[in-house]
Amino acid sequence: MITKKIDSVNFRFTSPEVIRSFSTIKVVTPDTYSEDGFPLEGGLMDLRLGVIDPGLHCKTCGARMTVCPGHFGHIELIRPVIHIGYVKHILILLKATCKECGKILLTPEEIEEYKQLLLKEETTEAAEEMTLQNIKEKSKKVTKCPHCKAKQDDIKLDKPTNFWANESQRLLPSQIRERLERIPDDEVRLLGINPEAARPEWTILTALPVPPVTTRPSLTLETGERSEDDLTHKLVDIIRINQRLSDNISAGAPQLIIEDLWDLLQYHVTTYFYNEQSGIPPARHRTGRALKTLFQRLQGKEGRFRHNLSGKRVNFSARTVISPDPELSAGEVGVPQEIAEILTVPEHVTEHNIKDLKKLIKNTQYPTVNYIIRPDMRKKKITELNRDEVIEELTTGYVVERQLIDGDVVVFNRQPSLHKHSMMTHLVKVLPGKTFRINDAAATPYNADYDGDEMNMHVPQSEEAKTEAKELMSVKKQILSVRHNQPLVVGQHDHVSGAYLLTKEGQEFTKEQTARLLSSIGIKSALGKPKYTGKEIFSMIIPNNMNLEYFSKKLAAGLSPEEAKKQKHDSYIVIRNGKIISGAMDSNSVAGSLLKAVYKQNGPEQAMLYIDRATKLTLESIMITGLTSSLEFYKIPEKTQKEINKVVKDAEKQVDELIKTYTAGKLERSPGKTEKETLEDTIMSVLNEAWKDSERRLEEVLPEDNHALIMARCGSRGNLTNVNQMASVIGQQAVRGKRLLRGYKSKSLPHFKENDISAISRGFIESNFVKGMAPLEYYFASMGGRDALMDKGIQTGVSGYLQRRLINALLDIVVTSDGSVRDSAGNVIQFAYGEDGTSPEKGEGDNAIDLSNYVRGTTVFEREEYREDRDLAVDIEIETEGFEE
Amino acid sequence: MADIFEKYQETLPEKILTEIKGATKSLKTESIKKILEQVHQDYEKAKVEIGDTVGIAAAHSMGEPGTQMSMRTFHYAGIAELSLSTGLPRIIELVDVRKTPETPAMWIYTEFPKDKQKTIELAAKLEEVTAEQIADIVEDFANKKIEIIIHEDKIKGITTIEDTLKAIEKSIRKKANKIEANMAIFEPKTVSLRALRKYTNKIKETKIYGIPGIKKAAVVEKNNEYVIQTEGTNLKPVLEFQGVDHKRTISNNPKEVEEVLGIEAARSVLLNELKMVLDTQNFKVNIRHLMLLADLMTQDGTIKAIGRTGISGEKESVFARAAFEETRNHILNAAIKGTKDKLQGVTENIIVGQPIPVGTGTVKLKMTHNKK
Repeated sequence: MITKKIDSVNFRFTSPEVIRSFSTIKVVTPDTYSEDGFPLEGGLMDLRLGVIDPGLHCKTCGARMTVCPGHFGHIELIRPVIHIGYVKHILILLKATCKECGKILLTPEEIEEYKQLLLKEETTEAAEEMTLQNIKEKSKKVTKCPHCKAKQDDIKLDKPTNFWANESQRLLPSQIRERLERIPDDEVRLLGINPEAARPEWTILTALPVPPVTTRPSLTLETGERSEDDLTHKLVDIIRINQRLSDNISAGAPQLIIEDLWDLLQYHVTTYFYNEQSGIPPARHRTGRALKTLFQRLQGKEGRFRHNLSGKRVNFSARTVISPDPELSAGEVGVPQEIAEILTVPEHVTEHNIKDLKKLIKNTQYPTVNYIIRPDMRKKKITELNRDEVIEELTTGYVVERQLIDGDVVVFNRQPSLHKHSMMTHLVKVLPGKTFRINDAAATPYNADYDGDEMNMHVPQSEEAKTEAKELMSVKKQILSVRHNQPLVVGQHDHVSGAYLLTKEGQEFTKEQTARLLSSIGIKSALGKPKYTGKEIFSMIIPNNMNLEYFSKKLAAGLSPEEAKKQKHDSYIVIRNGKIISGAMDSNSVAGSLLKAVYKQNGPEQAMLYIDRATKLTLESIMITGLTSSLEFYKIPEKTQKEINKVVKDAEKQVDELIKTYTAGKLERSPGKTEKETLEDTIMSVLNEAWKDSERRLEEVLPEDNHALIMARCGSRGNLTNVNQMASVIGQQAVRGKRLLRGYKSKSLPHFKENDISAISRGFIESNFVKGMAPLEYYFASMGGRDALMDKGIQTGVSGYLQRRLINALLDIVVTSDGSVRDSAGNVIQFAYGEDGTSPEKGEGDNAIDLSNYVRGTTVFEREEYREDRDLAVDIEIETEGFEE
Repeated sequence: MADIFEKYQETLPEKILTEIKGATKSLKTESIKKILEQVHQDYEKAKVEIGDTVGIAAAHSMGEPGTQMSMRTFHYAGIAELSLSTGLPRIIELVDVRKTPETPAMWIYTEFPKDKQKTIELAAKLEEVTAEQIADIVEDFANKKIEIIIHEDKIKGITTIEDTLKAIEKSIRKKANKIEANMAIFEPKTVSLRALRKYTNKIKETKIYGIPGIKKAAVVEKNNEYVIQTEGTNLKPVLEFQGVDHKRTISNNPKEVEEVLGIEAARSVLLNELKMVLDTQNFKVNIRHLMLLADLMTQDGTIKAIGRTGISGEKESVFARAAFEETRNHILNAAIKGTKDKLQGVTENIIVGQPIPVGTGTVKLKMTHNKK
């Protein structure tokens, strides 16, 4: 149990005094190690700054490596330099205040007014910003100080760090510092600086903190040579120049030389903070690589914030390749034993489980215990030698870290984690092999396939985490998407084909086949009839309280309701009391309406059971019915082929006609477009129409039992467009949404005449995949393919960034206990979520309640009325799926 | 009859009640009672849970379809040859609150929705017409003259030749040297040809009539009435225009709507536009997610972008801002301002390694184990 420890974090500017006070050592030696490999006294690796070598002790705290957190030192800068991050602030301060008295260049009344303003309201950031801008604007025009009447200079910033007064006189950092010191505390506040946190003159550095060695560890190469961290390199430079400057000053060198060295010091300190400052060359490593200094350590995707703080590496996780396993439940994950042996779950020893745990420890092989933790938090690894000893020692209060076993709760994840269904809780099933195994239905929400995809697994460690994971994230509770309230954990491909072939009209199975199908899903049933229809068999897995009536989305596509009701394509589905009266299952039934209804009426457990049985049953049935692919399915009768050829030729002719009209200047311009654009548009639509026409003809001529057609129709894979491309015409290729014209001036390839804009020369492919493409066509297809590929690459970046922005803006918006929706600061975003306070997960579409359900429930589908005795179901026994209590 | 419904006045939304009233007309009172009770129960069950991370749900629901959406700006041809950008670029544009969208458009409803002829006339009046479109403008470099021949038929019924010329004269601040029927000649006192060209261009760009910014206006039939759809927007003058139904006329640019009609209008434009993009691409996204986004963006009375210039850049927490973008500036400013991070949000607490205050983390009360 973690209780909140840190309440708030305050940010402040470290003053030179503070820097000196927490410094353990004034670093003066511009070097790290002595020749014999020991850290130099007063050097950057001084033992008082912490230790990074094993065996040595820190001279400040006495602790050893990994225990000592490291300690700060400091460099005393002989001449002050500007902090690169505050150049802009310094400019504002210099411009807005008097060079003599340090007061803001406004009348005392105005200053008082602003002071009151900031005192009055609880100063919002916006108010502060406004005041600053106002003062900036007003003081711009002032040339004479209203307080001491001193004439003001015109301050210019010569980027990045040089200030000039009146274009001619250079303001040295020391002079700037003196000026900033004069600004009174109460006026500093008006200029956007909180005097309790920072003084303006602190932005001109006089002492530079030296971070502990632990933050800049050196690497020892195989050759024994040491390779220092970038920060150390930079600090060496600073100390060296600082030393030289000091020497020159005490030697009484000319001002010019001193200023040159001073600038050099400024350069090194600037690049020490930020090495990508525009206007100055980045400091480089000996190898020519630009050094990565302080700000770069924090910034960006690989920076401290995004890489180490917002996202952290975790323990108790595993990653490997995934593969499908239809025998598993969608709520399970098959875990290789190798992984299960390493990952552990802590188990608190109590009177109730001590016996079992002792037995577990006794095991020398797989399900055993890896570590025990004593009440004093000391961890002990169990080895062959101490096994008995540990068993003896074990009492309540101990914690045992046992290996992962069947039924443990794990969080499973696949990147990119775009939505919450990318991380779901599964229950462990330890299996032989080296891959994670999942049910194919669970692959859909992860958008996973098995061509080498890898996934991650995390093992929650506390009881709290385990319960939360199980109650909130388990697959069965994630079946419906919050986005659109449709099922996501659904069967696909063969499941859909199988379901269709199983339930289509006229599909019958012998008693033996029926027995095989039913036993595959663990249903024990007395079979009385010699033959069973597929509909009867599938009905077995639909809960008895289901009453549905709908048009199958896929099968009824393109049909009128009348046609569909007449059962063309088996497309009108009627389910009464869990029995299919008519209609065949398509992707929408397997993955959509039916599953959703099961979930809504019977809850997650039943929905999960339905998914598991449906996937198993359909796979078993497709092994009986069979579904193959063959070239035969993409051959069309000669007559149709000729027709299609004619359609295409006609379209090409039509295009030629259009071009003629265009060249004659007779083409009628569509409004808002030039003639050329009109021509392009018309050609595109003519060709597209021809292509669609061939698709229609194809559908008419393909036999109903054509497997390609079956797959397209029931929505398991592919669509008629794909079949069309394989069997008749591939169609127009496009780059950037336009017909092809790339590479050459006025023509697509050298084989064409200039300005030939006919169909063929601009990437219309008449061939089909079965017949094969002509060389030129193949080239065009490649052009189109490459464009699509590039587009996809760019797309992922753009949408990824959108996602990141959305998440970042919305991530702490929560429904509070009064029902209002608020952000983390407590600002009300909505008084009732979504205007009616209902959850999208629980409603129906955009409505909270689907009224048709109720009206139907009391009028049409009075349940008793439709209750018929089932002739199939006698004694349904559900085999426990291994993960329910 | 009415009193059965009255009981639920407080607990069920108006909309649902009226719907039930409509759907159950033919039913017995007993059945209606049953239905109402069931609906009431189910409605209570459908409520969001306290601590639900509705923000993250919205972000996921918007972002995930974004990955499947086409990057290509489908300039889907509206009925009237006017294009509207859709898809991912449009969503980004809306979420960024761009001042000028890629395809600004307006739907202008009229006070005579059934009169096609009048609507067409109104559209013609609204469309911005420059001198170039109604006149031939010829430069005579030899004599340093600009000759303008106005096509009378193009301005008939909308403006007169005199007014047209006056407009041109006003824009180049010069009187015409010669006016003959529909022709005018300008002889600017200039020697350089470049200056002459400058004048010509200025004349060409002179607005003769219509509303600036309305590049095209086409009449479309929409829900049995004639509506003018435009390319280019200029909401304020259009609303003031004679014959325009100012109550329904709207622009597709939330920023502009905010300036003219206020924040609530902007919120609803934002919501409708987001919905339209997702609908045209056939992505089902529950309206609540879009509402939340629109409400967040318009929460403080001004319309704010999603990203570092808007919501994310104005978060209270330094850590949250630094972890998002522009790490450097946020940290530097926090130091001189002495900012206090109260660790109220998600990012901050993850950074310091504490439970996050959303979902189950919102619960502050905890049962203590009673040690004997």
